[in-house]
Amino acid sequence: MYQWYYLIKIQNLTKRYQKLTAVDSLNLEIAKNEVFGLLGPNGAGKTTVIHMLATLLKPTSGTAIVNGYDIITDPGKVRSSIGIVFQAPSSDDMMTGYENLRVHAFLYQVPSSQRQKRIQAVLELVGLADRQHDQVKKYSGGMRRRLEIARGLLHKPKVMFLDEPTLGLDPSSREMMWKYIEKLVKEEEMTLILTTHYMEEADHLCNRIGIIDQGKIIALDTPANLKRSVGGDIVKLKTRSHPDMEKLQKLAYVRKVELVDSDVVLYVDNARLNIADILQHVKAEHVEFRSPDLNDVFLKLASKNIKEDGEGGFMERYAQYGK
Amino acid sequence: MEKEVLWRDMPSMENNFAFFEKIYALWLREFKVFLREKSRLVASTFTPLLWLFVVGIGFGSVATLPAMSAVGYQKFIFPGIVCMSIIFTSIFFGSYIIWDRKFDFLKSVMVAPVNRATIFVGKALGGMTSSLIQAAILLAIGIVIGIAYSPVGIIETIVIVLLLSFILTSLGLIMGSFMQSLEGFQMIVSFVVFPLFFLSGALFPLERLPQWLMVLTSIDPATYGVDAMRITMLGIGRNSFALDMVALLGFAISFGVIGAYSFARMKAV
Repeated sequence: MYQWYYLIKIQNLTKRYQKLTAVDSLNLEIAKNEVFGLLGPNGAGKTTVIHMLATLLKPTSGTAIVNGYDIITDPGKVRSSIGIVFQAPSSDDMMTGYENLRVHAFLYQVPSSQRQKRIQAVLELVGLADRQHDQVKKYSGGMRRRLEIARGLLHKPKVMFLDEPTLGLDPSSREMMWKYIEKLVKEEEMTLILTTHYMEEADHLCNRIGIIDQGKIIALDTPANLKRSVGGDIVKLKTRSHPDMEKLQKLAYVRKVELVDSDVVLYVDNARLNIADILQHVKAEHVEFRSPDLNDVFLKLASKNIKEDGEGGFMERYAQYGK
Repeated sequence: MEKEVLWRDMPSMENNFAFFEKIYALWLREFKVFLREKSRLVASTFTPLLWLFVVGIGFGSVATLPAMSAVGYQKFIFPGIVCMSIIFTSIFFGSYIIWDRKFDFLKSVMVAPVNRATIFVGKALGGMTSSLIQAAILLAIGIVIGIAYSPVGIIETIVIVLLLSFILTSLGLIMGSFMQSLEGFQMIVSFVVFPLFFLSGALFPLERLPQWLMVLTSIDPATYGVDAMRITMLGIGRNSFALDMVALLGFAISFGVIGAYSFARMKAV
């Protein structure tokens, strides 16, 4: 029978440094075999949450249950239950890929009868089998990242944490990494939690997304629902004439009309079906329409947040690392 | 909430050896890295040779003191030079844990289900192995300058090397566990490594030192290593061999306990 239960339950998890509250009474439940994305700007508290769940950092207050074990009272069992890929690769580059895995197979008590088989299986999975006897210092950035994933998988963890798995990778390596992560989800039965500040990454890989800012979850849903919350498809029209905005607004399928930099932007239901009708009302020179992406979700949350906390708000901070 | 069965919790005879397997894995990593950093090995063998053949012969040509007249200055400082090599190798090895932290290797070990004391022991064994290999090279060179080892003497020497290197690796690890940046490294060299070496009596007899200097030499663990080695290799020494060994053992136990404790309180991130 299909059984659905929480593999991770975060309860009022808080981490405070002298003045800064990095994580602010976080409550969150993550289901078994879910691929969950923690999305947010740098300094939002994503890595701090991961470090606390991985028992590397003691919470100021609150706790979390991972695979049935409390991170504060039973850290050893939590560590056996999880695999983790850190932001910065942590393998020893004087050793070969194989040797790094062998050391960790011992540390994680992979049974000796399974050790070789398992090391080769994870190397195969991340596509490093043919380079396993090269020293890690000869690996590229993407290969190092994949070796970390292999190491995290060695002991068949129930939960896998990926902290910014594609940070600093070039676009083709990033796409390859996505493929490996998707393969991993398919082949290894496990719950995956990844942090990222790339919206398309979260959209592409995750079943559910928590948007985190200043240590708090400010939105939590499936990517599809989050996008739907923006309100319809987005139609962008370039026109020289002045369209009758009020008339457009009155159309049954139009939810909202905006004038952005002399472009007319409409939020509509089912743009594919209604685009012809819209063009009867507006004489457009250029038409663009698309479904909303997570970027639009951000913009929407940002406009709400800017009203709330003004300068230094969410979007301003989010924009900073584009530079 | 249900718990899923972990691999390590499945009933198996193999789990009984878990502790030793983990120690072995941590030691193996240190040993492999040691073998691959050949330039470090060559450099750290060269410096003791300079002392032995340049300083040893140079001072030997002018200095004769009662305590060393029977053997000559070069032979007199030989046990001291072996201990010097142990001091440098062990303390540097221990404080290299700062690098492990900088490159996040340490984090990957601390997130594994491994006790902190186990990590400490694995590291200390790695340091002892490095020091033992260094010392073995020097002991072989000792034959060239006319040191005659007895079979019992060899065993005694190995025990002294292991004890002293455990003490000093632990000291390096303890200091390294408190330091967040590599900037403290130079401080260790100036304020720990050289004082330990100069106060150990490696280069001069301790008999005629003023009281204040005597006190300082007696709290230097290397002093007892140098003295014990002089007794087994040359038959001359200040303390009794038993006293030296008890002192070394005492230092080893205390530094081991402090080391395990400082690893337990070390921050992971």
